[in-house]
Amino acid sequence: MPIPTEDARFLPADQLTSLVAGLMAIGYRCIGPAVEQGAIVMRPLDTPALPRGLQAEQQPGSYRVGRDPHDRYFAWANGPQAIKPLTFAPQEAMWRVERNAAGTLQFAAVLPPAERLAVIGVRACDLAALALQDAHFLREGRRDTHYARRREQLFLVAVQCAVPAATCFCASTGDGPTPTSGFDLALAELADGFVATAGSDAGRAVLATLGLAPATSQQCEAARQQGVAAASAQTRRMPGGLRETLMSRLEHPRWDDVAARCLACGNCTAVCPTCFCHAEADAPALDGRSSEHARNWDSCFGESHGHLHGTNVRPDIRTRYRQWLTHKLATWHDQFGRSGCVGCGRCIAWCPVGIDLTEEVAALTGGSDQRAPESGKGAA
Amino acid sequence: MDATRKPRVAVHKFSSCDGCQLAFLNLGEPLLELAGRVDLVHFAEAGPFDPDAEVDVAFVEGSVSTPEDIERILHIRARSRMLIAIGACATAGGIQALRNGADGAAWVAQLYSHPDAIDSLAHSTPIATHVKVDFELWGCPVSGPQILQVVNSLLLGVAPRDNADKVCTECKRQGHPCVMVTRGVPCMGPVTRAGCGALCPGLGRDCYGCYGPAENANTDALAAQFRALGLDAAAIVHRFQSINSQAPVFLAAAGKAEMTRDA
Repeated sequence: MPIPTEDARFLPADQLTSLVAGLMAIGYRCIGPAVEQGAIVMRPLDTPALPRGLQAEQQPGSYRVGRDPHDRYFAWANGPQAIKPLTFAPQEAMWRVERNAAGTLQFAAVLPPAERLAVIGVRACDLAALALQDAHFLREGRRDTHYARRREQLFLVAVQCAVPAATCFCASTGDGPTPTSGFDLALAELADGFVATAGSDAGRAVLATLGLAPATSQQCEAARQQGVAAASAQTRRMPGGLRETLMSRLEHPRWDDVAARCLACGNCTAVCPTCFCHAEADAPALDGRSSEHARNWDSCFGESHGHLHGTNVRPDIRTRYRQWLTHKLATWHDQFGRSGCVGCGRCIAWCPVGIDLTEEVAALTGGSDQRAPESGKGAA
Repeated sequence: MDATRKPRVAVHKFSSCDGCQLAFLNLGEPLLELAGRVDLVHFAEAGPFDPDAEVDVAFVEGSVSTPEDIERILHIRARSRMLIAIGACATAGGIQALRNGADGAAWVAQLYSHPDAIDSLAHSTPIATHVKVDFELWGCPVSGPQILQVVNSLLLGVAPRDNADKVCTECKRQGHPCVMVTRGVPCMGPVTRAGCGALCPGLGRDCYGCYGPAENANTDALAAQFRALGLDAAAIVHRFQSINSQAPVFLAAAGKAEMTRDA
């Protein structure tokens, strides 16, 4: 789906700072790209000026920050994290219990501060992943208070991916590279500025304050073409309809092959924007009078994840990798009505040994992990 | 434990650098809190001295490295209801166990003007080689939070939690980008036990495995990746032969890498 053109505005490149400053002025803490420890990470912005000219070269097991010769703001596909740590905290206290003077235990929820956050530079894959996290954490009757409080405060400025990484395959999962929903504002970066569209009342209000001219039909068309080109530039693919095939290959020899290469470090699950597993742990105070109950990111590659009373149902790397892949791509359909993969490619780039999910799936199903030029569905 | 009296605790030292005892001392205020809940009967570095005391819990730092050490650890075990080995020396023999694969006597002859004054065993071995150990805390040194967690669990009457997950688990929770992926440095995090809070990757450097092997540590796959990153066999051997050289998983990994060295 192309960017809706009726309400599109044109934001000149030198006014991007005004947009960020405007968000700061109405009380948002702004999160945007920064380079830290060799990666593009999302961090609180001290000033409204975003860094220009960043690029990220991604390959299986490799991520290198580079320079965009055109000095664009968003010529990088993604970094290790985007929205997930902002809504589903990596480690946080859930509740506290104290023993009062009478010896009675008193429980109290620990609620996170409800901070208004504007996240600038999220991608279509991140938005698709957020929709899945919403489906999990905001389930009818099982609403997660901690997640909900943070989620309600988010203002999302999405950008179209013009320069996909070699690890990207969102065109084949139908989740990108152009954002189509789930944002407050969406930007498509052209040579001299951005085609900007609002996706919510909050977004429309912010856009209105900038007093921008409507985007011309040529600008809208250029943005649309850019999305089509970015989709065609993706070389990896993830086929659809994997549920039955994968579940019929649970004893495939490829699981042993991948288990020999996999470190079971859990990096793939940590960077995956849809993974939501967590473990809970108690931290009693030393005086023995209070204790805090925490929730921490967990991984199906860890030992305790498969631990049932007296036994471990996934004792080895083979069964853990199989759990990760078959849950993500097969049984996720039963839980959420779609695959759990949004094509961001993070699990490929951030695997220290460069295991490629699309390659493993191709080996397991006898299909191809290469994208034929005409095979893109949902592109742009 | 008898609820009417405080549990009696001892901290013993064997062949070690004292760094794990410092993890106790560096606790600061929590140490005072702890001292109020237990009866600290022996902890030479902190003051109380009664090495022969019968205790409920004995923390043991250091490896067994001399003939006298063997006698002493048997003596301590017989007087302790529960024995907890703390640190890389006590759990894997420590850095001094590098001599296990070398001619230790030759080293002694080279280094000391009176080699005959040195009375050490050929091998430095973990406490569990000699006596039953009830719980092991890995790390070089162990961290204060680990110590507190164990003591707290025991005071509450529950088994301490044994976290054998990888350093990567803690590293990713803290949001550090993977140093192997961004810089191609040979990080031991994917085969090393959590517990340090991903201290080294948090400072942008590679983990060197001071917490010992994690569960399901795929050292073959990591060694293969180290080769792909440009390390030769000798460098890979050194990655595994460090603080925890005698931990069986690391010892085997170093042995395999050694076999691929050019003749």
